[in-house]
Amino acid sequence: MYVIVAGAGKVGVNLTRELLGQGHEVTLIENRRQRYLGVEQLLEHNILYGDASELWVLERAGIERADMVIAVTGDDEDNILICQVAKEKYGIGRIIARVNNPSNRAHFDLLGIKPVVSATELILRLLEHEVPHHNLVHLLDLEEEEIEIIEIRLGSKSPVVGRSVGEVGTPDNTLVIAIIRDGRGVVPNASTVFEEGDDILAVLDPQREEELKRIFTDA
Amino acid sequence: MFVLIVGCGRVGSSLARSMLAEGHEVSCLDEDPESHARLEVDLDTSWEEAGGQFTVGTALETQALEEAGIVQADAFVAATNGDNTNIVISQIAQRRYEVETVIARILDPLRAEWYREQGLMTICPTKVAVEMLEEKLHRVAAVNLPEAGDTGEGG
Repeated sequence: MYVIVAGAGKVGVNLTRELLGQGHEVTLIENRRQRYLGVEQLLEHNILYGDASELWVLERAGIERADMVIAVTGDDEDNILICQVAKEKYGIGRIIARVNNPSNRAHFDLLGIKPVVSATELILRLLEHEVPHHNLVHLLDLEEEEIEIIEIRLGSKSPVVGRSVGEVGTPDNTLVIAIIRDGRGVVPNASTVFEEGDDILAVLDPQREEELKRIFTDA
Repeated sequence: MFVLIVGCGRVGSSLARSMLAEGHEVSCLDEDPESHARLEVDLDTSWEEAGGQFTVGTALETQALEEAGIVQADAFVAATNGDNTNIVISQIAQRRYEVETVIARILDPLRAEWYREQGLMTICPTKVAVEMLEEKLHRVAAVNLPEAGDTGEGG
């Protein structure tokens, strides 16, 4: 696979090295001279000096034959532009963009730039998993495929405590796939009874999330 | 009409003053509070007394755009010093806030051309400058046609 990576910060450089190690062909593009010189020796002909938001630079990197474009610069507007141009001008089917400032995420969504990766959001999500703030945590979001896995903590007021899986019943396009109880995961059947303190893992259509939340929590 | 200008540099501030002088409502947004001073060049009063509005904030922040009045804006001009910023905020103005007239200043001719083809109204000062320089040089060249035996040293 031929991959173009924009931005030779720590993420860009390590990503390029990993991809090269996996046997992919990669061109990393960097427009800051110091940064470029810093990794030039390491990456040799796999790095190109230039501004990845300039069309001729992308063309020089061979964007016409790229299978994937990954924009991981420190500027969200640059990442948006690079991915938008890759997708809409050059028809690149697979793009990945880095979101630096989570409040800019809406702009990526608005302009159809997906999937996006935000280190800040990932860490916040992990933090939430470790120290649940609400009783619902997203474990996996496949936005394109419209499926997600969530974890719900059953509090003392949860209306399902003391009732069985079969009794509660969940809406279409939702399924309870595991219950984590006392640090151990079990796959439930219809007769498994929910207990206070259980963590419920469910796979569902994101549109059903509110509905499922209402069933399992006191919210 | 209500005009929102993002980027209060030489272009943005001059445009803001002339639009205000023509009687339009003008609001400027810039991340640098010092850029406010540019609005008052050749003005006898303060920019606010003259009826203008000025907001300090980053162009990509929707909160700043809203504070600067993007919801009421009839026209939106993206004139920051970053091409990519101008391209992104223009599309936000167009698609999210549905501003009727959106114009982006894009210095890079290639990006300006492609986004123009995608339906964005773009102004490319680089292209305009090159065209004007070419025209001037053509005119000079036309009166200084090399003659047979001309040594090229001219007169």
